[in-house]
Amino acid sequence: MIEALQYEFMRNALLAGILASIACGIVGPYVVAKRIVFISGGISHTTFGGVGLGYLLGVNPVLGAFFFAIASALSIGVISRRAKQHEDAAIGILWAVGMALGVVFIGLSPGYAPDLFSYLFGNILTVPNSDIVLMLALSATIISVVFLLYKEFLALCFDEELAAVTGVPVERLYFVLLCLIALTVVVLIRVVGIILVIALLTIPAAISAQHTYSLKKMMFLSIFLGIVFTTCGLWLSYLFNLASGATIILLSGIGFLASSLLRKATIGAYYF
Amino acid sequence: MVNKIVCLENVWVHYNSIPVLEGVDLSIDQHDFLGIIGPNGGGKTTLLKVILGLVRTSRGKVKVFGTTPEKGRKFVGYVPQHSHFDRDFPVSVWEVVLMGRLGCAGLFRRYSDEDEKAATDALNTMEMLDLKDRQIGKLSEGQRQRVFIARALAAKPKLLLLDEPTASIDKPMEAELYELLHKLRREMAIVLVSHDVGVVSVYVDKIACLNRRLFYHGSSEISVEVLEETYQCPIELIAHGIPHRVLKEHKRMG
Repeated sequence: MIEALQYEFMRNALLAGILASIACGIVGPYVVAKRIVFISGGISHTTFGGVGLGYLLGVNPVLGAFFFAIASALSIGVISRRAKQHEDAAIGILWAVGMALGVVFIGLSPGYAPDLFSYLFGNILTVPNSDIVLMLALSATIISVVFLLYKEFLALCFDEELAAVTGVPVERLYFVLLCLIALTVVVLIRVVGIILVIALLTIPAAISAQHTYSLKKMMFLSIFLGIVFTTCGLWLSYLFNLASGATIILLSGIGFLASSLLRKATIGAYYF
Repeated sequence: MVNKIVCLENVWVHYNSIPVLEGVDLSIDQHDFLGIIGPNGGGKTTLLKVILGLVRTSRGKVKVFGTTPEKGRKFVGYVPQHSHFDRDFPVSVWEVVLMGRLGCAGLFRRYSDEDEKAATDALNTMEMLDLKDRQIGKLSEGQRQRVFIARALAAKPKLLLLDEPTASIDKPMEAELYELLHKLRREMAIVLVSHDVGVVSVYVDKIACLNRRLFYHGSSEISVEVLEETYQCPIELIAHGIPHRVLKEHKRMG
């Protein structure tokens, strides 16, 4: 691992992993606590349309993804607020339409898309410097927004009605939260890809939730776990020449299983 | 002159064009302890939400502390019947009570010492300070009820709205809760909503009967005819020997 670090792509990969862990470590606990995993899945998959548009227009697909992610976060926000009865169906439709748009856009683009697969499943080993800078900026934005609105987001996730009664602008903040999820998705695309985003957003947070009931501690624990999973996953994929995104996710999945078993064992010991 | 803190005039509310409240007139004075009783689905919760500005009225005037319900909210504490939160939600009692101070603390700020003091006082009043580090899901129903009242009290409201506060707690706790409310009423007006006719009328000093329309509004001595009109079925009142009345004399019973 140490000798691998002399390569720039390896250093970038490590840095990308850390940035991704920070972003999902902060936003993931909100997603898990508010139970909006499906909504987050909708935002991330719709983003594929933006990747396709990026190819078509000949700009950085991550930039296209950025605009699509924000647009889909806002539309899903409107859907989940207005259409009360068929919220999940509407999100499912947007999800599929976004993916389909991506496929059509890529089909229309001249030539072929060599690293398309990496946007779907991530390839942490091919993150260019420019994307690192973008990820850095997005992570900084996420950290500052959550730093400023931590207590409001907590109240919003806990009980929207009560939050509204105490004077929190619930509607607007809900949209801000969805936009934060969108930004996180963009940060994660390079690392684990659109399809696997949900895993890195939820697994570290879900593991943390098993061991603490403080949202703040959940965030720190999730960041730590994210760094462990991405770094170890990167190392394993380097050693055995495996797909990095998938390796990271599988490792996280194993971590979740181990944590669940551990918790079951300790609770058992406590009661019996 | 008595200060009217809430004033509803001919208020109508429809859900999907079905009327839930029909022409409700209601006024609440500064030191009222008002009980609103009525059958399930009679619009009791809706009425509270009208006062809070959470439900849009289709007709009528609503004034809360001389202004709109949205602006008047900061003087109103609300304790819902069920909080729909998830029992595993990662939040402590302390954090929930502090949330009551959100409107006072303001956006983009940390909670101040004053906010923390108000939360501590509220927990003290509800005798829940010992459990302040407990996760909210790991409380009994009665304890959780107290936390939510503490949350409402933390903002130092001038009007406290309680929706079925006794629905999920047992009898001894119920009596304790009413004693507590009795103490609180020195500092604020209290409105509580319940389907439990007997208990409510012992403690409150005004009663309103609600079944889409507000049938009666006045002192808590209430005749069986009014109740039957509200519930639209015969009501059996057990009033310790004196039939057909829910009596003030119960006050000693505690």
